[in-house]
Amino acid sequence: MISLAGRDILHAWGKFVFTGVGLGLLIGVTLSMAGIYRGMVDDAQVLLDNSGADIWVVQQDTLGPYAEPSSLYDDIYRGILGISGVARASNVTYLTMQVRLKDRDVRAMVVGVVPGGPGEPGQPGYLIAGRHITRSHYEAVADMAAGLRLGERIQIRRNTYTVVGLTRRMVSSSGDPMIFIPLKDAREAQFLKDNDTIVAQRRRTAANPAFNRPGVPDLLDAVIASQSANPFVNAILVQLEPGALPDGPADWIRRWKRLQVYTRSQMEDILVGKLIATSARQIAMFLVILSIVSAAIVAFIIYTLTLGKIREIAVLKLIGTKNRTIAGMILQQAIGLGVIGFVVGKIAATLWAPIFPKYVLLLPGDAARGFVAVVVICMLASILAIRAALKVDPAEAIGG
Amino acid sequence: MAEFGKKGIRIEELTKRYGQGDTAVDALKGVDMTVAPGEVVGLIGPSGSGKSTLLKCLGAVIEPTAGRMILGDKIIYDRGWKIWDLRALRRDSIGFVFQAPYLIPFLDVTDNVALLPMLAGLSNRDSRKQAVALLHALDVGHRAQAMPSQLSGGEQQRVAIARALVNRPPVILADEPTAPLDSERALAVIRILNQMARQYETAIIVVTHDEKIIPTFKRIYHIRDGRTLEEDGEGRSLE
Ligand SMILES: Nc1ncnc2c1ncn2[C@@H]1O[C@H](COP(=O)(O)OP(=O)(O)OP(=O)(O)O)[C@@H](O)[C@H]1O
Ligand SMILES: [Mg+2]
Repeated sequence: MISLAGRDILHAWGKFVFTGVGLGLLIGVTLSMAGIYRGMVDDAQVLLDNSGADIWVVQQDTLGPYAEPSSLYDDIYRGILGISGVARASNVTYLTMQVRLKDRDVRAMVVGVVPGGPGEPGQPGYLIAGRHITRSHYEAVADMAAGLRLGERIQIRRNTYTVVGLTRRMVSSSGDPMIFIPLKDAREAQFLKDNDTIVAQRRRTAANPAFNRPGVPDLLDAVIASQSANPFVNAILVQLEPGALPDGPADWIRRWKRLQVYTRSQMEDILVGKLIATSARQIAMFLVILSIVSAAIVAFIIYTLTLGKIREIAVLKLIGTKNRTIAGMILQQAIGLGVIGFVVGKIAATLWAPIFPKYVLLLPGDAARGFVAVVVICMLASILAIRAALKVDPAEAIGG
Repeated sequence: MAEFGKKGIRIEELTKRYGQGDTAVDALKGVDMTVAPGEVVGLIGPSGSGKSTLLKCLGAVIEPTAGRMILGDKIIYDRGWKIWDLRALRRDSIGFVFQAPYLIPFLDVTDNVALLPMLAGLSNRDSRKQAVALLHALDVGHRAQAMPSQLSGGEQQRVAIARALVNRPPVILADEPTAPLDSERALAVIRILNQMARQYETAIIVVTHDEKIIPTFKRIYHIRDGRTLEEDGEGRSLE
């Protein structure tokens, strides 16, 4: 037996290819949506990987530092360094803001790190150009995605920084490029008040009789000094010794330092399960709609193609073709259309993934699932056409 | 293929009523007809007289209301189908030729013909071999690789005849097979049908209005108002 569907497709290949390409672009969009979700998850993972931390220490009862604000005293890390199993611990601050360049600005996640070599938690692991931050002021390492070049100057709040190194794939969980600057500068950027506010604050403090007591002349100075000091960071990144389990140190810090501690897997749950959950649902919604639209298109095309063949189907039935054969022909055509569409879609998604502003991660597993979904959708979509074909009366071939 | 031992077709007192109650139409009111193997008979009658209805009953695509139909030595209808698989009956025992050739546009000429033996379970190779042999016999062998749309009307009609013949059915039903053809080609088609009828002992019924070919039949059934009237035709020689 010959393949009726195959012959029909070869005969009307133009029609099939054009519809297939149209459908394919739609499937490409669908695959890209899935890729965007995977990219977000991957960004989150890369964020955690790049932090170099095994456990995160944050303010009590917060989901910091990525999903919620958190602030800690900047000397706590010293105590943590003494815990057995802990290799290194570093303060870190995170602040998402607009970073100004000469003539434009970019949205970036400014990370304050303790200057030091690679391997120090919080430091970018590897650079693609330039060097790490060595001075404790006014140097920056930026992610490529920020579009910066070595030697370029950027402005964060009141200070100007020189880009001394470039990294890759260092982005926040919302896809903003990271810019690393020394911790001291970052803390200023985050907490320092402007001059007017400082003056106003001093005046208010001086006007408060509780702080400005005639009998205690040094009190006012002491209060003002404590107000302008800023002993806070957002989190402490802790690296364990090789082979050490995170639970021991984590429990110890929780119990004795009264702080919140997250392990790597808990942090992943926060980022994927909470931070990008809404975006993920948004994408899922898109996927559902795109699937329905694809199904509608396939159904419509196959139905139209079938209606155009009513006469041939009547003849086929008259000369004794089984219903099963005719249904199979339509089903195979629908699947053929789906396969063309899938191939086009996969190619399109792969070609346009790099030009998306956020990371698009096309997983082979998603492609396989997408292929199965396309085939199933095409099969469902052909039901309408198959019903129409089965209703065709062989007597129609004889006519009046 | 034809599993009916003796060939030929006979119908007795066949009636067909479309619809029910007030709107019922009695399209056939008791038709008798016998066509022997190797014979080509004409079936003529005015519009609405029931010709197509009769062909559809014979072709097992609509069910008669009463009467009998005997194919070879087998009763296929006696107030109800006596055959379970009408599809196989059509495939193996009845060939159809229509006014328009109705070839399958996406199959080439060979496969249009070979499709029937393939449907009956013959291998692709043997089916095509049979098809090509028959196309040569019908003088369209040189077009065996062409697509139907590349053929002239007369060539298409001959391919359609090859398709009707390929399973060697004991009966061929032709509905106005010469209508779109000029008289030379129309006569050629009738000549082929006669030749095939003799060669394969096929009973052929040709419904026609075509004045050009009516004189060629040896026997003609007139159908009027749902009843048949048998008459001798001129049987003019085709040579
Ligand atoms: N499906 C149907 N339902 C109801 N009535 C029908 C149906 N088909 C045919 N008829 C009626 O049965 C009668 C015979 O119709 P039929 O088509 O057999 O005529 P015909 O001889 O083929 O005519 P023509 O030469 O015009 O093709 C007509 O009166 C027609 O209206
Ligand atoms: Mg008619």
